[in-house]
Amino acid sequence: MSAPVLRIEKLRKSFGAEIVLEDITFTVPEHTATVFIGASGSGKSTLLRCINLLEQIDDGVIKLDGQDISAADVNPDEVRKKLGMVFQSFNLFPHMTVLENIILAPTKVQGVSQDEAVDQAFKLLERFGLRDKADQYPDRLSGGQQQRVAIIRSLARSPRLLLLDEITSALDPVLVNEVLSTVRELKSEGMTMVLATHEMGFAKQVANEVCYLHQGRILEWGAPEEILEAPKRAETREFIKRVHDAGRL
Amino acid sequence: MSENRGRGSGGNSGSAPYDFGGAWQPSEIELARRVARKKRNQKNALIAALSSALVLGTLIVVIVTSPGWVTLRNTFFKWAYGVEVLPKILLGFATNATLTVIAGTSVALIGLLVALIRTSRTPALTPFRFLATIYVDVFRGVPLLLVILLVGFGIPALQIKGLTNSVLILGTLAVIITYSAYVAEVIRSGILTVHPSQRAAARSLGLSHSQTLRYVVLPQAFKRVTPPLLNDLVALVKDTGLISILGVTDAVRAAQIQTSKSFNYTPYVMAALIFLAVTIPLTRATDRMLRKSLERQNAQGQA
Repeated sequence: MSAPVLRIEKLRKSFGAEIVLEDITFTVPEHTATVFIGASGSGKSTLLRCINLLEQIDDGVIKLDGQDISAADVNPDEVRKKLGMVFQSFNLFPHMTVLENIILAPTKVQGVSQDEAVDQAFKLLERFGLRDKADQYPDRLSGGQQQRVAIIRSLARSPRLLLLDEITSALDPVLVNEVLSTVRELKSEGMTMVLATHEMGFAKQVANEVCYLHQGRILEWGAPEEILEAPKRAETREFIKRVHDAGRL
Repeated sequence: MSENRGRGSGGNSGSAPYDFGGAWQPSEIELARRVARKKRNQKNALIAALSSALVLGTLIVVIVTSPGWVTLRNTFFKWAYGVEVLPKILLGFATNATLTVIAGTSVALIGLLVALIRTSRTPALTPFRFLATIYVDVFRGVPLLLVILLVGFGIPALQIKGLTNSVLILGTLAVIITYSAYVAEVIRSGILTVHPSQRAAARSLGLSHSQTLRYVVLPQAFKRVTPPLLNDLVALVKDTGLISILGVTDAVRAAQIQTSKSFNYTPYVMAALIFLAVTIPLTRATDRMLRKSLERQNAQGQA
């Protein structure tokens, strides 16, 4: 069997005296989705930023396709070419049209020709029903459309692994579903993903494995039904109950 | 006017907002409101006109009938004389205009360079970052006139061979040095206002540091600092007049020469009018640009 897409061993990260992540170990095999749940401040976003090398880790190893990307001599720009990241706040470039946002990385980073990149972008936009928005600026789109463009933007580079950081948290409840169905579609096509989310129902649908992050540690992990319906730890039960009460299931 | 704007897209401009079969007719209440609004607007316009006529009229009468008026007019506003010296002052202003273009271009380039150095984190640039900080601190804090005197008279005093003694070039240099420091700070503040999440997004797409700067950060930064930069341009046009102290025959100096011949101050007023003819349109353009960028921001807030 080939190496897993992502393997993290004993990762530790702190900001000054505050330990944000500790003893984080998990594996993401190809074509699977690993979902991190946990309260705000539990370290989910930081973990994703660490994988993307946007944060420097204190200890541990991060392996992408068997290669140690946490090694000191690794060029982060090279690693990030293989990773896609989608943020909670979309982070589209406001001074570029939807199309320009999507083709920026393919043309400038991956050396794809302009025509080819535009072609590819239109195909993706078509597939996700955003073809008519190609020449719009992001501020003319709804939050859900913006987030779907952000997903397309990271897909246009054909990443090995997609990191999705609470991509529906900034959205109107009505718009959440259009974004989630996009992710479901990607999952069904075999995209390997790591997600941080508050959407438990969605987690249950797409996750192969769910990890409950509590105060920087993976407290409990397993199949979605186990963690979401029959958690063993009291902390996990408490968290799931609170999410339930907030009506997010 | 503002009344109507506050109400947004009024329904009487051809397209009724709710057109569920059957044309929309304004109700009795709406018609009464419109009549009342029109009345109020007419009343307001009348009051504004009366008040303006009263205040401005009084002002003019007071000035013109005051005992010193004739002397004042002959000293500052002798138009026939003003027209006579205008060509000479205009010729001088050509120097100010050329200087503005040359200095403006240099300032833009040097200011950008200094701003980039100050915001970079490359270890190799550490000494330059340090020097850039000192440069900005010093030249933002010293009066421009002082820099002009130091450079314009001080450098020739060094008597270094091969170095120019032209006060025009040295004066321009002094203006460039000072303004680059201002502009560098404006651009730097623009760079810093681009949210870190934009950098994170660019880097996560695999863009290098310099690509991120070029394609993502700088375009957004420049959009934000264009109005303050235009402000600096207006100030630059005026401040080119300061190099007249070195004896460069610009508009100010040309006016001074005429005035010292005739002891009449109309040439100064003419020079002032020439500067205004350039700076007022520039200021208006700046205002318009600022308003547009604000409108754009507000539109974003609503989206």
